Amino acid sequence: MNKNNLILYIGILIFGLAAPYIFPAFKVQLSILCILIVLAITWNIQGGEMGYNTFGNILFYGLGMYLCASVQVGMFFPLAEWTESGGEKTFVHTPAQFFQGMAAGLVVAAIVPTIVAGLIGYAILGLRGHYFAICTLGLGVAAGEISGGIEIIGAGQGFTTPPFPNVGSLEARGEFFYFLSFLVLVLTFIAVKAIYTTRFKLILNAIRDNEDKAEAMGIETMKYKIIGWMISAFFCGLAGGIMGGLVGYIDSTDVAFDGREMGVFMVLMAILGGKGTLWGPVIGATVFHIFKEGFWTFFLGWQYVALGVLIVVIVIYFPEGIMGWLREKYPERFGEVVDEADRKAQVEIK
Amino acid sequence: MDFLVFQYPMITVQACLDGILLGVLFALIAYGMALQWGVMNIINIAQGDLVILGGYIAYFMYLYGIHPAWGVIVAPVIMYFVGIAIYKLVINKVVDRDLFISILATFGISILFMQLMNFAFGADVVLANSGYGTTMLFDSNVVLPNSKIFSAFISILFAVCLVIYMKKSKLGRAIRATAQNARAAKILGVDTEKVYAATFGINAALCGVAGALISITFTIHPYMGLPYTIRSFMIVIVAGLGNLPGVAMSGMGLGVFEEFADYILGTEFRIGSVFLLLVLILVYRRFKLSRKREYLK
Repeated sequence: MNKNNLILYIGILIFGLAAPYIFPAFKVQLSILCILIVLAITWNIQGGEMGYNTFGNILFYGLGMYLCASVQVGMFFPLAEWTESGGEKTFVHTPAQFFQGMAAGLVVAAIVPTIVAGLIGYAILGLRGHYFAICTLGLGVAAGEISGGIEIIGAGQGFTTPPFPNVGSLEARGEFFYFLSFLVLVLTFIAVKAIYTTRFKLILNAIRDNEDKAEAMGIETMKYKIIGWMISAFFCGLAGGIMGGLVGYIDSTDVAFDGREMGVFMVLMAILGGKGTLWGPVIGATVFHIFKEGFWTFFLGWQYVALGVLIVVIVIYFPEGIMGWLREKYPERFGEVVDEADRKAQVEIK
Repeated sequence: MDFLVFQYPMITVQACLDGILLGVLFALIAYGMALQWGVMNIINIAQGDLVILGGYIAYFMYLYGIHPAWGVIVAPVIMYFVGIAIYKLVINKVVDRDLFISILATFGISILFMQLMNFAFGADVVLANSGYGTTMLFDSNVVLPNSKIFSAFISILFAVCLVIYMKKSKLGRAIRATAQNARAAKILGVDTEKVYAATFGINAALCGVAGALISITFTIHPYMGLPYTIRSFMIVIVAGLGNLPGVAMSGMGLGVFEEFADYILGTEFRIGSVFLLLVLILVYRRFKLSRKREYLK
């Protein structure tokens, strides 16, 4: 079993590394898929394992996006003039400047949201259930509205991120962003998988199942909730920073703090795949992205209508997700001991 | 930043009056939310979109030459059936489930409505002109549009009618019984399914009234729904479920807060300040309760 797993992981890794050469036309889509999987996995830490359904992880994503772009520009040029001139026309990054800026920007984009998560986490994670959900929803929208009023990061007209420098090859941009996002995906997956084998995951599950009892058992639930949120924020910020460079343009409510799209997508992907599982968000994000890109063009302008219907249908008829369905169908594969007689009895009852 | 508010006292009076008249409308929407929250234990994110839909009904009457004030009667009737339809299609499947499921499902409905309204009515900011003129107070220093006074009056009228209806009628009694204990009500012969549908319909009808009034007094736009949801949620958590005077008071308080935020911070931060206020209120209540080792329920 363990050997099979190793083969599986190596296979996925090789496929991931070869993907941009197998599907050269879909590099951007593959990068977005990696980002989506990262977002779904990190949402699952809260929504799936901890039972805190957040709409607020978009906050860290948007924060990372703005921070990464601001640092990348601000390291070499005056930020205010950049946003005023619409970016690329007046100032041009050399390749060295671009990559240095990107690296520094990503570091900032990962660290600052983590700190923010720690600070607001102490205040907000004391809320429970739907209060937490609505509070985080409000936080995400407030961040979008407020950043849309700040002049130095482009206010309502948006922020153009530095264009990719000319390094000789036309394919370089797509490959750079693909491998960057794939790297982040692999890091996220490894980190989350490592976390899920420790006591930390059990504590998160205890919080989900009964927080009062967990507290009564002597677990400092608040500490673990905040740490969990900080881990999410770290990877969300990284994902946001890469996405900003990939899209090339940041708008406060339509790209960065896009609670109506990305903020719902991450919830939906995790639920579609099956929350509270390691592989669920990965599968959910992949299925969702393929569905979205494959069928979005057929709806042409009706995407949001389709999205609304999709949310309602998934939530009502498919709340356990793909992994939940598989688990019900093949419990042996998930390490559950099944009593044949018991199963037969259940079938007869049905 | 504009500190005209402090230098010129009449603006303070203006902002307070505007805020109170606006707050009455918020309280009406919040009453609908408190009703369905108390009875069905559902938080309807699509509340604001129902409001906007009601507004478009009045706006269309205005476009076809009927005075938009009649929308106050037509919109709730139409919205009642829209509410029943939503209940039958979606809500009745999530009533007994986890609260997050209902939040997410109504979030889906919200996105759906937003976009359908965008297709049907266009993305322009519209307003149904009632032609009611304005009232001047304090030597013309304070200007109040008559439409705002009209809308506040109608809101209070509807709220009072509804309270009396809930107290006196058979359905009202059934609704209150279901809110107290759905199981016991069922045992005693109340058709809870019907009660839930009626509750959701009444809520939608209230949203319709509020929307029609908003289309007369302010402006409507397909994407403006979510702030109304958040406002009504905020009012309900400040006032508490089933506390009607509290809903009215906190609604007016929110209206005044918004007008002042508008003057002091600027219009671009108005919506943002509403959402931030929600976060602050929740955090404040959380810290207040955690001293007693309790949490918001």
